[in-house]
Amino acid sequence: MRKLLPGIILLIFLSACAPKQAALPILGNREPITKTVDGKTVTDTAYATIPDFKFVNQYADTITAKNLNGKIYVADFFFTTCPSICPVMHRNMLNVYKEFKDDDNFRIISHTIDPKYDTIPVLKRYADKMGITGNSWWLLHGNKGDTYNIAKSYLQTVQEKNPAGQFIHDGFFILIDKQKRIRGTYEGTDPKEVEKLIADIKILKAEPEQAASK
Amino acid sequence: MKLKLISGILLLIIVFAVSCQSDKQVEFNRYYSGGSAIYQAHCENCHGAKGEGLQALIPPLTDSIYLKNNKASLSCYIKKGLKGKIIIHEREFEGEMPVDDLAPIEIAKVLTYVTNSFGNKMGTIDLQRVQADLEKCR
Repeated sequence: MRKLLPGIILLIFLSACAPKQAALPILGNREPITKTVDGKTVTDTAYATIPDFKFVNQYADTITAKNLNGKIYVADFFFTTCPSICPVMHRNMLNVYKEFKDDDNFRIISHTIDPKYDTIPVLKRYADKMGITGNSWWLLHGNKGDTYNIAKSYLQTVQEKNPAGQFIHDGFFILIDKQKRIRGTYEGTDPKEVEKLIADIKILKAEPEQAASK
Repeated sequence: MKLKLISGILLLIIVFAVSCQSDKQVEFNRYYSGGSAIYQAHCENCHGAKGEGLQALIPPLTDSIYLKNNKASLSCYIKKGLKGKIIIHEREFEGEMPVDDLAPIEIAKVLTYVTNSFGNKMGTIDLQRVQADLEKCR
């Protein structure tokens, strides 16, 4: 027992020093808001949030921001005939899907930037071939202008066509919390970044503010 | 002194070993390593780093029997793209592989890489063979 004691003490010290899980940052524009509370002037911070939207998913169900209330979600932009980065992105996104598909408070939304070709039946077929079932991963179809506008609020740039006639888009996965704030951006083509995304989703889920909000 | 002698002999052996590689092997290595870079740039996004494909959307490149049976058409598949139903590993795929206008030498290199990676082993597909196959493209 005597011999064990120093070891035990060391263990206690070590466990006390274990680094605390870092909280995720809140990204995007922020503005100070000055309010008067109980006669005192208080300055608060307003964070950028994802505005309301209306799109249709692969099951032809209308999806608005309300459908994502109380959910942590990941968003990205793609199109089904994309020859370059989309297959890599969705190969990686599949890992996110598999990890969280049984969690009803989590969603993945993928906006098509080519709504003319990617009609709802095309999106459904894509989902089937990807092996996506249920409601945890929505492929969203919408008016092109709406999609390109919402991309901006996710800090993404989408261009219709480059001189070679191809769509250009960022390959990022954007992590959104239950308050619709941006909490992380991840290079969707990099498996290591996507591993970090999965880890960050777990951290985010454990945040008291997230766990409490419905 | 002894050490110098031993290391000298060792060096000699290595030089011999390298130069003893048959011409065929050297040619294969050239094609294969060049093909690996071309694969990364032109194929890997869709077909994956391990040739695993993507679910039921993009076929894997691991079906050695398919590759053997279609060896003479592989060059055309790259040059002209591939459309319609194909059966890979007894699974049906129906999509479209876009055209990739690679030079014949690049096609030869990348085919040598693909047909000798991911569990495939078909030897070198050289430039002469690719040029002959390309002439028969439909």
